[in-house]
Amino acid sequence: MISATPSRLPELVSRNAKPLLASWLAQQRASPAARFDLISNTELDDQSKRFLAGVEAALNAGSYDDPSSDAWTDARELLREISRSRAIQGFSPNETASFVFSLKQPLFDLVRRELGAQPQQVADETWRISLIVDQLGLFTMEAFQQSREEIIARQQQELLELSTPVVRLWDRILALPLVGTLDSARTQVVMESLLERIVETGSEVAIIDITGVPTVDTLVAQHLLKTVAATRLMGADCIISGIRPQIAQTIVHLGVDLGAVITKATLADAFAVALKMTGASLTSRST
Amino acid sequence: MDRIPILKMGDFLLVTIQVDMHDQLALQLQEDLTARISTDSATGVLIDISSLDVVDSFIGRMIANISAMARVLDAQTVVTGMRPAVAITLVELGMTLEGVLTALNVERGMALLRQKVAAHGE
Repeated sequence: MISATPSRLPELVSRNAKPLLASWLAQQRASPAARFDLISNTELDDQSKRFLAGVEAALNAGSYDDPSSDAWTDARELLREISRSRAIQGFSPNETASFVFSLKQPLFDLVRRELGAQPQQVADETWRISLIVDQLGLFTMEAFQQSREEIIARQQQELLELSTPVVRLWDRILALPLVGTLDSARTQVVMESLLERIVETGSEVAIIDITGVPTVDTLVAQHLLKTVAATRLMGADCIISGIRPQIAQTIVHLGVDLGAVITKATLADAFAVALKMTGASLTSRST
Repeated sequence: MDRIPILKMGDFLLVTIQVDMHDQLALQLQEDLTARISTDSATGVLIDISSLDVVDSFIGRMIANISAMARVLDAQTVVTGMRPAVAITLVELGMTLEGVLTALNVERGMALLRQKVAAHGE
């Protein structure tokens, strides 16, 4: 139980800001989690200094047991920024969290040194430090996780854009080679870009090649059928090619009806059909 | 009251929808078009919806209905110039307009209509 006596932390930290920073930095450098291959010495110095100043300001504002209060806004923002930059630099969660947690020992040392004569006070302040540092540590992890998720989301988006090229094969013939698993979001992008290209190029036939699609379940089949239906509504025909034997078996076992769709085993076969549909033909030159 | 004009081109009727379709307008079009098919004894109907950028299930059903009615009156219907967004919306609404002929633009639509009518007449 914390006694009602006012905390001496603000005063202690303010008075010992310099040695505290020095011992904290020493602590961070000595820790096995230090990654000087990822972050420069000066950057670490700067981050530590700014964060400690933020902590000092928050303590002096009278909040020494609740880092989620308004007084801590600046310190939290700083921490969020640091976590984000570390997530991007490739720090592990452990290494990122140790930035905050390594502040515990220097603070404990400081309290023990200054208040050694009053055990009750030492216990109180130690408890407060624990509360603050633990909460800040948790906050760091949350910010770190959030940044990681943002990175993943961005990569997903990039992957989505990369993976849906619509290729013009011939006059009025488009091909759409699909690679990877089809989900709703991706099908939407695929469908939109295919339809846009049909309008742009005035194409009559679109070949959807699913050689690179690892599995076809009912959902994927339904997405494919939707794309085919939308293409037909635009006034173009759709051929699905690259159906591997296993996938053909799966489709039949699942009871998916691809009856109304032209399907071909390979892209070459589909291309031949498409040429016929647009009234073109290819002949080999006799020598 | 607004009406969508119906133009006669030879044996075909040409309808271009260039305003936002509201339900009353669609019903009126259905009425006018069926009347014109029978008075002009048209063999083909071409509906161009390239300016239409919003559809709902009602309009989708109207298009399917008009096409079915025209077929009963022995005329082929081609819907042309559907925009990608409209096509996606209709598919998401579960309306794939089975049995309605479609073409990318009016020119292709006319060619398709001639071809279908010729095949039908044989």
